[in-house]
Amino acid sequence: PVSNKSEVFLLRTVHLHWNPEVSELLRAGNKVQCSSFILAVGHNAASFLSVYILASANWDAVGRGVAWNERSRSGTGPSGEGSACVFYRHKDEPAVLICHVTCHIAEDQLFQWTEKVFGYLQTRGLTVTVLSDSSVADYKTADYLCSSSAPFLRSLRSSAFSDQPVCQSLEQPNIITGLPAAVLNHCQVHSIAAVVYQCYSDVTGPDSITMDKYKPVLTKLGRSIQVDSSRSTDVLRNFVRSSEIQSNLYI
Amino acid sequence: MFISSQDSPATFQGFTLVMPAVAVGNVGQLAVDLIVSTLNMRRVGYFHTDCLIPMAGNNPYASGKADAEELHTPAEGGTTSQLQVLKSKFRQQLKSWIKASGFSRTVVLSSSHAYQRDDQQLQGTSLRYLMTPSLLAASADALKELGWREMERIPAFPGVDAEPRLCIPGGGITKGLYTDGCAEDLPLAVLLLFCSEGDNIPDAFALVNHLNDWLHLEEPKSKWKIPTSWSLLFGSGIPPALF
Repeated sequence: PVSNKSEVFLLRTVHLHWNPEVSELLRAGNKVQCSSFILAVGHNAASFLSVYILASANWDAVGRGVAWNERSRSGTGPSGEGSACVFYRHKDEPAVLICHVTCHIAEDQLFQWTEKVFGYLQTRGLTVTVLSDSSVADYKTADYLCSSSAPFLRSLRSSAFSDQPVCQSLEQPNIITGLPAAVLNHCQVHSIAAVVYQCYSDVTGPDSITMDKYKPVLTKLGRSIQVDSSRSTDVLRNFVRSSEIQSNLYI
Repeated sequence: MFISSQDSPATFQGFTLVMPAVAVGNVGQLAVDLIVSTLNMRRVGYFHTDCLIPMAGNNPYASGKADAEELHTPAEGGTTSQLQVLKSKFRQQLKSWIKASGFSRTVVLSSSHAYQRDDQQLQGTSLRYLMTPSLLAASADALKELGWREMERIPAFPGVDAEPRLCIPGGGITKGLYTDGCAEDLPLAVLLLFCSEGDNIPDAFALVNHLNDWLHLEEPKSKWKIPTSWSLLFGSGIPPALF
């Protein structure tokens, strides 16, 4: 049991743990060289990257993030068990970094997470790509969307991002929130090229059709890393976890 | 906390700062939206701080396709020549920044719960003002001409504690900013409306018109331009299958 506010504050601190090689580099006062940082927020985004990019086995897990909060599952306590935020680096192209975030990062932790991660990266010439899952219920439009239009992709980019996004821009009055917004804000304020691809889906859990929607992004990512676009949707289905017993209320 | 963007003026010395407090009905924020939108103000910087919950979207003040795709963040400062408009929600960092920037005056746009008015407040206009002593000295004549009502001091707990106090229920950091302004001799004014949650667009128009009577930002009869971010304030279109 926690006795006071400062204890809670300490528990909620975001911690980043790096492998020995990276830790040594950072201890020497250097930053991690990075030309491309790809962040996946949400299970569908993370699974998509796993299938099309990480499956090539040319990646090392180099770091882990821990952000304990009220939504952390037991087994992923503040001591940092669980793998809900993992950093991968390409073996042959060490300047390419991927991060999966499948845990909830609370509002009070978003700024901290972003400042800490970017504090470790060398940001000159850096391009940031964020894939983010979202619910179509959060998408505002004058014409009511019939369910067949979901899932769909929308983009938002920082002023420094000069390339063309692979889908249309997120229309007003829609906004993005959470980790993708925190990262995009940081990049905007610090003139880093960044683009967020938000996938709006009517399915709340992992879903192969939703994952598939991110495919056009491969054309952009494929410039800096090897992607395996021959993977079929069936492979994606293998990544869809079966429903947990405690969430069978709406079966 | 405040990070200038490219077109920022070298200094804000002599500028007037107009800022909203996050308060009931978000009236101050809506009013500032109207000012930024109508005066075509350009962004001069960002408030990059852990006090604000992150969010981002395309240009909420876009006038056409050309400027529609410009990223905006939770709190930014915009400017026309001598007016600085700010959207944000926190006090301490703000106070330091206001002092350091040397604004000639700061105007806080805010609101207060209409249902918590006492008997005397129920009558007449729902507009109230507050001014710190240093600004009062400079604006006494203008105030007289405008005929505004000062926010009354009322007992916080009638029947229990009869001591009249300044209370701004639903006003967020408004009262704090005002008392800080008095304590630190900042030229600061508060302009607020009594209102309730709901469609607060008419309240925003009322507040911005009152502000205009004092600061003369726009011609009295001209129209305020509604920003594109105000569309779908109450959600998406209705599914036809509902009927």
